[in-house]
Amino acid sequence: MSDCGAPEQSLDLPVGTSITDQAILQGKVLNGPDPVAGAFVRLLDGTGEFTAEVVSSSAGDFRFYAAPGSWTVRALSRVGNGQASVQAVLGVSPVDVLVG
Amino acid sequence: MSREASLVTTEWAEQNLSTPGVVFVEVDEDTTAYDGGHLAGAVKVNWKTELQDPVRRDFIDRVGFEKLLSAKGISDEDTVVLYGGNNNWFAAYAYWYFTLYGHQDVKLIDGGRKKWELDGRALVTDTPDRVETTYTAKEQDTSIRALRDEVVAAIGNQNLVDVRSPDEFSGKLFAPAHLPQEAAQRAGHIPTAVNVPWSKAANEDGTFRSDAELTDLYADVDDSRNTIAYCRIGERSSHTWFVLTEILGKKNVKNYDGSWTEYGSLVGVPVETGA
Repeated sequence: MSDCGAPEQSLDLPVGTSITDQAILQGKVLNGPDPVAGAFVRLLDGTGEFTAEVVSSSAGDFRFYAAPGSWTVRALSRVGNGQASVQAVLGVSPVDVLVG
Repeated sequence: MSREASLVTTEWAEQNLSTPGVVFVEVDEDTTAYDGGHLAGAVKVNWKTELQDPVRRDFIDRVGFEKLLSAKGISDEDTVVLYGGNNNWFAAYAYWYFTLYGHQDVKLIDGGRKKWELDGRALVTDTPDRVETTYTAKEQDTSIRALRDEVVAAIGNQNLVDVRSPDEFSGKLFAPAHLPQEAAQRAGHIPTAVNVPWSKAANEDGTFRSDAELTDLYADVDDSRNTIAYCRIGERSSHTWFVLTEILGKKNVKNYDGSWTEYGSLVGVPVETGA
């Protein structure tokens, strides 16, 4: 987890997204303070099994629709790889991944 | 088939971008990815608007496929080299789809867009200006496509391979975790199906695992029986169909493109939940 607060207000959920029955994991891929665009962000479940993958946006943002529980978010990029663990709850769970 | 006949490396692709008779085709889940940059000379195929019938839930018909490929400037003799994002899910789907309509020479770039980008290879935004062709497709090869009734009849009689993530298989999730959780009416899996997630066949960089690893992974698939692979909408199971048929050379493997979005909404069919 990054020590900088993920600016959730910049990660606006799509209109109509339910946050009462989904566990949404979202955050940024960061290289130091800089967002990393185009990183391959992989969601691994509690056993390390691959669950999903997205590409970070131009602002380094990513989002997964998961379920409550333990997850690992791993990012691959040209500047390096990194990962972070997160305990997801219903609603939005913020998590940033540091690479490099 | 074999790995050599059906896969090319990113190095090979880069060296053959302008080789006559080789057409690179990008097919992505994110249908805007191509517009932001693609392999030089590559054409785009939109899996949603171009490969699906706009009204019914089915593929475009043979004549529609002929019109599409003619307009893209692809001829019957061309080597079609497919690649895409998200670990080649939709490129593998297109590979299966092109094979369904009888295209003779199709290949997949091992690792797809991800490997290409992690390699730091060039992307361009110019779109190619290919001359229209007169493409002739074959009738669908139904030996590689499973439909609903055949899948129901296969319960307990054929190998059913559910290639979704364990949480989708068990019924915890309805869809891959990067998509909103909306899809079929019911969550779970087809009784007697085994769960071999497509992702186990791929390395982290999107390339396929080695022949030995893949052979081990599918060791429980009984070769004496026919096999049907499915996922949610048929794209991840195309990835597994590719591994079983094109890399491992197994026979009698079908892809069920209706997959869970169809099966999980059928009235009256059996559904199992749990691992």
